[in-house]
Amino acid sequence: MPNFETVEVKTDVLILGGGMAACGAAVEASYWAKKNNLKVTLVDKAAMDRSGAVAMGLSAINQYVDVNTGKNTINDYVDYVRNDLMGITREDLVANIARHVDSSVHLFEKWGLPIWKDADGAYVHEGRWQLMINGESYKVIVAEAAKNAIGIDNIYERVFITDPLIKDGKCVGAVGFSVRENKFYVFKAKSVLCTMGGAVHVFKPRSSGEGLGRSWYPPFNSGASAYFTIRGGAEMTCQEVRFIPVRFKDAYGPVGAWFLLFKSRATNCLGENYMETNRPELDNWKPYGMVKPVPANLRNWLMMLDVTAGNGPIFMRTEEAIAKIADASPDEKTKKKKLKELEAEAWEDFLDMTISQAILWAATNTAPEEKPSEIAACEPYFIGSHSGASGAWVSGPEDIAHKDYFWGYPNMTTVEGMFAAGDASGASSHKFSSGSHAEGRIAAKGAISYAVDHAGEPTFDDAELEEMKKRILLPLDVFEENKGATTDPDINPNYIRPKMYMFRLQKIMDEYAGGVSTNFTTNKHLLERGLELLDFLKEDSEKLAAEDLHELMRCWENVHRTWQAEAHIRTILFREETRWPGYYFRADCPSMKADWEVFANCKWDPKTGKWEMIKRDMHRVY
Amino acid sequence: MPSYVIPDKCDGCKALDKTACQHICPNDLMVLNKDLMKAYNQAPEMCWECYSCVKICPTQAVEVRGYADFCPLGATVTPMRSTDSIMWTVKFRNGTLKRFKFPIRTTAEGSAVPDGGYPTGTDDLKSPLLYTEPESTRCGELPKVK
Ligand SMILES: Cc1cc2nc3c(=O)[nH]c(=O)nc-3n(C[C@H](O)[C@H](O)[C@H](O)COP(=O)(O)OP(=O)(O)OC[C@H]3O[C@@H](n4cnc5c(N)ncnc54)[C@H](O)[C@@H]3O)c2cc1C
Ligand code: SF4
Ligand code: SF4
Repeated sequence: MPNFETVEVKTDVLILGGGMAACGAAVEASYWAKKNNLKVTLVDKAAMDRSGAVAMGLSAINQYVDVNTGKNTINDYVDYVRNDLMGITREDLVANIARHVDSSVHLFEKWGLPIWKDADGAYVHEGRWQLMINGESYKVIVAEAAKNAIGIDNIYERVFITDPLIKDGKCVGAVGFSVRENKFYVFKAKSVLCTMGGAVHVFKPRSSGEGLGRSWYPPFNSGASAYFTIRGGAEMTCQEVRFIPVRFKDAYGPVGAWFLLFKSRATNCLGENYMETNRPELDNWKPYGMVKPVPANLRNWLMMLDVTAGNGPIFMRTEEAIAKIADASPDEKTKKKKLKELEAEAWEDFLDMTISQAILWAATNTAPEEKPSEIAACEPYFIGSHSGASGAWVSGPEDIAHKDYFWGYPNMTTVEGMFAAGDASGASSHKFSSGSHAEGRIAAKGAISYAVDHAGEPTFDDAELEEMKKRILLPLDVFEENKGATTDPDINPNYIRPKMYMFRLQKIMDEYAGGVSTNFTTNKHLLERGLELLDFLKEDSEKLAAEDLHELMRCWENVHRTWQAEAHIRTILFREETRWPGYYFRADCPSMKADWEVFANCKWDPKTGKWEMIKRDMHRVY
Repeated sequence: MPSYVIPDKCDGCKALDKTACQHICPNDLMVLNKDLMKAYNQAPEMCWECYSCVKICPTQAVEVRGYADFCPLGATVTPMRSTDSIMWTVKFRNGTLKRFKFPIRTTAEGSAVPDGGYPTGTDDLKSPLLYTEPESTRCGELPKVK
């Protein structure tokens, strides 16, 4: 084993991740910790100022319920989320986030986030639930409040978390390693909050050369949350509900402002709007096909039908939308001013959150007021906070949740002492950046409460820790011991490097589990074959080789992705219907079935290594 | 080659213990070549073009060249970030230039107070009220499911 110092950190509440949910958690936990004389520690694989999905910034806050002005109610938000997810939603969790999210947004504004205001001082809405922001520094600002609350001495940056510490069925900490120095970290805690984001690069991305990293979802979120919760023995939910966004083609720039704010249409090569011409298809997905707005996956589906029929390319009609808005001006002077404003707004939308798209527009001499731009479906991602739903099955709040959904502490997984929020918790979609922050706060208060109620010092067997250390650092040994066997460090019969391992995983998922190359279509036989190939891959994961600390992280990222992949395949296989046709299509059961209006959950048993598939009932909150 | 470093401009952050670009990259891509004292992107195909390294570099040594497998050559998008705003210069392939300036924050750097000035309405760990609530909801009380 390479010579790594073991650093042990004892704390009370451990926050894993440094993204939106973690930042909310840090602020909340610090307050209650002070009152109860507890210590809070946060660990992030990167630097909190720019870690996670909001690294680049965002141009909108996608969840603001606006209860105080009387515009919407909590029930309205619950309805919206349930319908968008084709009925599969933990309404108690959605309602809980919805009642706290506006508070998080108001805090963001106090901390310094510029939120657009109209002439009367009211927030400018992009759509019913979305607010426009100047969000280049969104993450910097939210992280600043978190850091000020928790104190920099309690923050570990550049420490990559691999595994949970589980003792007698309880989570008592986490282990990982520094990506900067030869140190193995052991964090022991009374309660642990997992907020390490979702996963990308599980499926093969459309761009596979230099643009491999230009997935819509950030390449640095690699399934750590799914792995951590699954390996701890937590029950997982909605592992089949991947998210495939439709975005501007290739650079994946956002389309929200175009559809919602500028009221743009998208049309096929014949100039037809698929939302109109393919509308009859919505009848097949009743009752959810009938609601407004049409669920995200069905909007995708109507577009995919056109693409499959050979009617591409699909264009966002930016030129038409801008002309329409500008033409509504009373005179030439206001029209000119309006055009200038629209141009800046359109570019800021990209510059704040997908700069690649601005480069692509500039590189193709695209002026949105002059010509339309192509849109397309991306590849599948796991992001429980957005329009997907995958994550851990967590307890609801006592005052709202049905008794089946409540087991002691809000947002605790089915493993004692292990909490989850943001992308890490499932069946509570459409929380986005603001709702993830709010959910982080909810979960942190729960985790503090758990630590107060279970005051005993966490312990863990030293010999077992030593075993874990050996297993986690193994890829470094594998490389060292075998590198001399060939003249090319990449091609070696005794090991596989993380990049090729990732390509193998992506090929399996792409071809068998409904990726881009099969038009998101799969069936029972393909899935079973995929599982078989995944087994070989899992065996080979013990032969992953790492030349340095960076590559050791890459090895573990890909092990994490593999577990997310397996949970996904098993759950699509279990749910014998097609419910989200624009996300994936089961060709052998091509329609939605009433008796599948339930949660498809799964659980891996750390003792036996076996998976269990579980159906859970749906309970409404009103 | 998403982000790349211009050798003449990079001073290796004057050999301080950590370089700015290496500190900030969310994907751990920027590293310093200690022999040359110049930084480079160690896996450009894993770059998100998030510009965190570009924005933080004190000598403007980092730039981005759009992913060559789908992006035509010749365009640049260059930020200049100050404490309260960001200025973007967009150069098109055909030479067209556009400039945009946007605010980035309304408060002084470092000044974010966790409670935002809102009091907390409960001491009860079991109450659904969170830190700063109900005040920060601006609803008087926690909104309810009806
Ligand atoms: C391209 C894109 C555009 C979006 N646009 C909007 C928008 O306009 N408006 C909006 O409201 N929301 C938007 N969202 C959604 C929003 O970004 C997410 O909902 C939110 O960031 C989720 O928060 P999180 O804390 O769960 O994950 P993240 O914020 O992604 O944080 C994950 C954290 O975990 C850390 N981490 C990961 N693995 C490990 C590990 N092994 N060890 C230690 N730390 C680890 C990461 O470094 C990071 O700090 C968008 C998302 C994407 C991807
Ligand atoms: S931040 Fe700039 S100057 Fe410093 S090492 Fe990186 S590229 Fe060089
Ligand atoms: S652009 Fe972002 S992902 Fe790419 S090297 Fe710079 S900081 Fe890292």
